[in-house]
Amino acid sequence: MLTKRIIPCLDVTLDEAGGTVVKGIEFVDLRKAGDPVELAKRYNEQGADELVFLDITASHEGRSTMIDVIERTANEVFIPLTVGGGINSIEDVRQILRAGADKVSINTSAVKKPQLIKEASEIFGAQCIVTAIDCKRNTNIVDNPDITILELEDGTPAWYEVVIYGGRQPTGIDAVQWAKKVEELGSGEILLTSMDRDGTYDGFDIPITKKLSEELEIPIIASGGVGNPDHMYEGFVKGKADAALAASIFHFGEYTVKDTKEYLKEKSIPVRL
Amino acid sequence: MKKIVIIDYGLGNLRSVRKGLEHAGASVVISSDPSEIMSADGVIMPGVGAFKDAMKNIAGLLDTIDDYVNSGKPMLGICLGQQILMSRSEEGGETTGLDLIRGEVLRFPHSDLKVPHMGWNSITMNQKHPFFEGIPDNTYVYFVHSFYVDTGEKNTLASCEYGKNFAASIVNDAGNVIGTQFHPEKSGDTGLKMLRNFVAIC
Repeated sequence: MLTKRIIPCLDVTLDEAGGTVVKGIEFVDLRKAGDPVELAKRYNEQGADELVFLDITASHEGRSTMIDVIERTANEVFIPLTVGGGINSIEDVRQILRAGADKVSINTSAVKKPQLIKEASEIFGAQCIVTAIDCKRNTNIVDNPDITILELEDGTPAWYEVVIYGGRQPTGIDAVQWAKKVEELGSGEILLTSMDRDGTYDGFDIPITKKLSEELEIPIIASGGVGNPDHMYEGFVKGKADAALAASIFHFGEYTVKDTKEYLKEKSIPVRL
Repeated sequence: MKKIVIIDYGLGNLRSVRKGLEHAGASVVISSDPSEIMSADGVIMPGVGAFKDAMKNIAGLLDTIDDYVNSGKPMLGICLGQQILMSRSEEGGETTGLDLIRGEVLRFPHSDLKVPHMGWNSITMNQKHPFFEGIPDNTYVYFVHSFYVDTGEKNTLASCEYGKNFAASIVNDAGNVIGTQFHPEKSGDTGLKMLRNFVAIC
């Protein structure tokens, strides 16, 4: 049976150590969490199904550091590795895949130039193109046919707006419609992050996760807000996600990947143990 | 040290296959040169992307591949590299494959299941083969694909369930050409063990 994937996410920033994993709350206030290659090895040993590296500096200098980190990781860890952050061109995609990544995750650039998704998918194959969608709840319901109104947990109507530049800039784009568009353009997968939940430990944003999982044919990775293994369970059962991504709970030792999987298995979620 | 040639036909990330084989103790060459291929102890047919592009890119090597396979030395096709071993595929319009193993490549039908079939799924062993030496039944391996191989029982080494039962690993009649739909080089320690097994039979 196809298992639900548990994916630790490593936000990597450039520093004098040559790359450090950090984790913030709602994309700011970063705490240091350790060396990316060491963390990747640890998570692999714990039974992580995949790994995601996000280059959150994504500057020119950051990029070459990132290439080095990807190469070192890919030499030692034999599970799928996705790399994102500042990917802006076909050449960027090529460089990162060549360094040993299996997939690239494209976020802001996809919104700015959707053709990048299409071209990258045609050249490298849909299986390695992940579109990252960061979104934020918007309860200001205007009469607009281009938005998809969902019901929040307490019954409030809201739509989800795509945000870019690490959550700093709202775009006015409806997340549900954008997700359908990137599927058409050739994305193989969607990494969905709720800005409202990121780093909060409050659990995944279920309404948008469920909506995208039901509407799309490609897999959805839920991200943002995991505080305990039960949040993963909710993401799979209520949110119908195919995979769950988490950072803080793994980095700071609250739970190991193995603990999380054992919890899920007991609750009858298919996982690889 | 065994020499393994990964056939380079311009598709896919060859780095992880290379690293996996080196981990298994092989000396690895990535090449599209016929003399390199013929001198190998074992050959890997890699591949991600589309069937039609793969067949187009490999067109100049068809005789070399035939000669190599007829020599009886082992070849392992991975993912799309497995699919092109087959007679034909329906991907991108009917396209002829290498026809080293009889059968065809079909798309997963539209259903509630997500396509691509992506992630870790368990495989059932259908036949004994040294490639799977020491690998337990129902082990988990990593898949990512939208098309699958449909072939006879005789050529199916292991199978997998995703909406339907399909061939997760195949073998030719002579036993020297094997294919895996999953990625051994991405399947953690289990996959590395399979690559070691492959190097051992080369």
